Amino acid sequence: MSTTTRPLPPRLVQETLLDLRDFVVSMKLTLVLLGFSMVLVFAATLDQVNLGIWAVQEKYFRSFLVSTQVGSVVVPVFPGGYLVGGLLLINLVAAHFYRFALTWRKAGIQLVHFGLIILLVGELLTGLWQEDAHLRLNQGETKNYAESFREFEVVLSDVTDPAYDEVVAIPIDLIARKAPIQHPKLPFTVDPKSYYPNSTLMSRRGGSTGVAAPGGNAGEQLTAVPQAVTYRPNEDNIPAAIIELTGPEGSLGKWLVSAELPVPQEFSHAGRSWRIALRLKRAYLPVALTLLKFSHDRYAGTEIPKNFSSRLRLATPDGRDDREVLIYMNNPLRYGGRTFYQAGFQNNDRTTVLQVVRNPSWAVPYVACTLMTLGLTLQFCLHLFGFIRKRRTPATSARPVGRPNLA
Amino acid sequence: MKKYFPTALALCAVAAILLTLRAPQHSGEYDITGFGGLPTLVNGRVKPLDTVARTTLLMLQGRQRVTMPDGGSLTPAEWLLEVFFRPDLADTYQVFEIVQPDLLGLLSLGPTEGAGGKRFSLRQMSPKLGELERQARLADGVETALRTTFQRAAIQLRSSILLYQELQVSLLPPGNHAFFTEMGRLEQMLPAIAAGRAPKPGDGTTDATLLLELATTFATMERAVYLHPVTLEGSGGPTDWKTFGGAWSQAVATGRIAPAAQAFVALGRAWHGRDPESFNRTVGAQRASLVRSMPAVMNRCGVEFRFNSAQPFYSAATVYVIALLFGVVSWLRWGDVLGRSAMGLMLVAFGVSTAGILTRMWLESRPPVTNLYSSALFVGWAAVLLCLILERLYRNGIGSVAGGVIGFATLVIAHHLALGGDTMEMMRAVLDSNFWLATHVVTIAIGYSATFLAGFLALIYVLRGVLTRSLDAATASSLARMIYGIVCFATLFSFVGTILGGIWADQSWGRFWGWDPKENGALLIVLWNAILLHARWGGYVQARGLAVLALFGNIVTAWSWFGVNMLGVGLHSYGFMDAAFWALVIFVASQLAVIMIAALPVARWRSFRGQRASRGAQIP
Repeated sequence: MSTTTRPLPPRLVQETLLDLRDFVVSMKLTLVLLGFSMVLVFAATLDQVNLGIWAVQEKYFRSFLVSTQVGSVVVPVFPGGYLVGGLLLINLVAAHFYRFALTWRKAGIQLVHFGLIILLVGELLTGLWQEDAHLRLNQGETKNYAESFREFEVVLSDVTDPAYDEVVAIPIDLIARKAPIQHPKLPFTVDPKSYYPNSTLMSRRGGSTGVAAPGGNAGEQLTAVPQAVTYRPNEDNIPAAIIELTGPEGSLGKWLVSAELPVPQEFSHAGRSWRIALRLKRAYLPVALTLLKFSHDRYAGTEIPKNFSSRLRLATPDGRDDREVLIYMNNPLRYGGRTFYQAGFQNNDRTTVLQVVRNPSWAVPYVACTLMTLGLTLQFCLHLFGFIRKRRTPATSARPVGRPNLA
Repeated sequence: MKKYFPTALALCAVAAILLTLRAPQHSGEYDITGFGGLPTLVNGRVKPLDTVARTTLLMLQGRQRVTMPDGGSLTPAEWLLEVFFRPDLADTYQVFEIVQPDLLGLLSLGPTEGAGGKRFSLRQMSPKLGELERQARLADGVETALRTTFQRAAIQLRSSILLYQELQVSLLPPGNHAFFTEMGRLEQMLPAIAAGRAPKPGDGTTDATLLLELATTFATMERAVYLHPVTLEGSGGPTDWKTFGGAWSQAVATGRIAPAAQAFVALGRAWHGRDPESFNRTVGAQRASLVRSMPAVMNRCGVEFRFNSAQPFYSAATVYVIALLFGVVSWLRWGDVLGRSAMGLMLVAFGVSTAGILTRMWLESRPPVTNLYSSALFVGWAAVLLCLILERLYRNGIGSVAGGVIGFATLVIAHHLALGGDTMEMMRAVLDSNFWLATHVVTIAIGYSATFLAGFLALIYVLRGVLTRSLDAATASSLARMIYGIVCFATLFSFVGTILGGIWADQSWGRFWGWDPKENGALLIVLWNAILLHARWGGYVQARGLAVLALFGNIVTAWSWFGVNMLGVGLHSYGFMDAAFWALVIFVASQLAVIMIAALPVARWRSFRGQRASRGAQIP
């Protein structure tokens, strides 16, 4: 509190601390913060029409301040989810321990608040730890990695040895900084010249729109035209970058990389073969999955979907697990700390899209909710029984229920 | 007399409702009732043709009765027969509701030309159908949330017309006036086709040409996939049904025809040629054969037909209103006898809606809440149950009045939601889980009911206190206790329901919480109830403050229940509807108005005038 050099009188310090304590544990603060949460949640719901769900989460809930653009200035207008949630957590923890008393009458309330603390902490952990990715599988295809929804990476792989590839993946955030990047495994510097978060590829020469052959440099035929970043749920951003590779003897050339290019571009340097590509960030799985069959059941005579299911072969590299699994709506597969959900389908029902979620804290909400539900039920029953008992004992005296006094 | 009046009144109501359950009789020459009970597969569910007629009419014109140009009226099943078999005549019936002024302008129609100022026939629209199609196509290109009311109306009218036309071509090819004669000839040819002696196109005979033409006709008719009225030999399960065109396409190829497909030809011929005797014979024979081959399906259809014609929720709504009136008057006069009468009527209405909900559950084999429509029924039902308990405890007419208002209001809401189509629809993949429907959805709905109930009790508190002198100290304090108790109950259920929803989301979408609009809506209710309870516990509000907060709870709940669906975004948007937008705005405005009234100084409250000394301290 005190930043002055002169020591404050001890009584003043004590009073200030007491004031602070009273403020932190006060129910008024709870009410104000709950009110702020409501406004925040309501505004975030409305804004989903404009921004889409992902941008809304970043703007309103995963932020300390909600800002808005006035002209060219960014002005904070409202406390964000981290601030309101954090203060609520502090208020809750402080009040919980300050007012804690081990009595039956308060047990329910204590449980509810304790559960709520766990729930809020759990959501924070989920926000920090949860990773989710998509796994797209065509009929018969096998993959041991999932791809991020929206995060990209630039990968450089040394493919000289047919037995294995040496892969260096650079997160797109580093590319976006447009500063030269060096890596011990790369014999050259990666120097991003330009970066577009969303773009579309156009042919340089009017006529042919053909995409560059795997051997060539896409930049010779194509150019990336920047587009506005989209937040719509059914549209994707397609990032592109122009990257110059510089070895000890000078520039190797510039490459246009884009998520729209279907295959990596190849080049050789110092007698070794390399590939360069911009693709969705990959998360490797401890298991390989093969799509045996995707089924899309409809109700007879309609297009209303009844069920989606994927029959898969699951195999681990060590051969310990090699079996068939079935994933369908409301029935995910849990394996190796990850959960695989049926998320969608593409390509005329020949491609399944699974969502792969890794959340070490997934059980926290369940614990929290059990505690809170128990607490609320206990509290409600205590009230109810109290009410019934009160009505029973002075049954006659408490019964002068007011009939109209107008008669 | 006074002693028996409430019982007698309740018995009268029961008797009146039992009358609606009588087996519907066909009054005219044609066995319309028998026809309406025939089963068909539509949208994945086997249902009686009567249901198809009623839901179609609700979608087209918002009501089930059809007024003919000569002033007479048709039952839904009669109208369906006209659409099927006398399409030219059916085109002149005014069954398309159009109220959007720009759309009327586009179609060169004025309200005066329509029945009731808003219902028009396809014939009236026919010169401008091309333009309507063009406008609807333009609107298709606009994102749902951004469409103007004109664009939405154009798209809706086009889909109504498409539905109507699809029904028209389900059993009769358009523009073929000799169809029934041709079908007679085809039926004679069937044995020959079955024996492999079908006339070949090369023969040059009229039969060969006819066969070719009919094959093309059936192939076209097969594309109308809305109605699957033909049963194959089977159990009547959802996969055993075919379209009329599909069944006859097969007959042209194989010479074998399902009896049901033949029965529809005979019915069409009889209706088209005004031959009641033959019509009734065919209906009777077809029903008898179906009862033999699929008794369970026919039983279900029979019950559903009876359910449709009894309209139990309509009866319940009427009785709720009467109970409400008795309850209100009981505060002013004859408290005891009217109070008990109101309670008796409430019980009757509650019984009827319980029976209605149970019947729906049996027909669907589902828990009570499966879509917005059934959520309205259930929210009302649960709120009335709570009201009955309150009334039993306090016996002051408040439970009856609150129950009457909520019971009636939710049934009116349900009626409007039924305009979207069949209310017993099949559940989309993610929702196809009776376990979660029975737990999460039901708990959330109970949370809505309780929050609404607290709000309506608050409404009674404020209006009675400000406008009348009937809110005495005892009633005021029992009302405040009721509000508080119901809010506790609401908090419990809203919270548990929200949590169960989180668990379901974790099981099916891979995250416990995703800030989806519907999730946010549920969270708002929980937060608001938490605010209310904390404000009460912290001593920041007393009775009046509690009432004001509970009133705002109505707004929060209405938003969460309907408002978020109007946004048209998110994973829960299967309950999308936007027609009710203005109703929601008006509701919110009315609640805000009552909150303003509640803010009047206590000295202005008629009930508390002159009682300042004793009550003022408690009602700040």
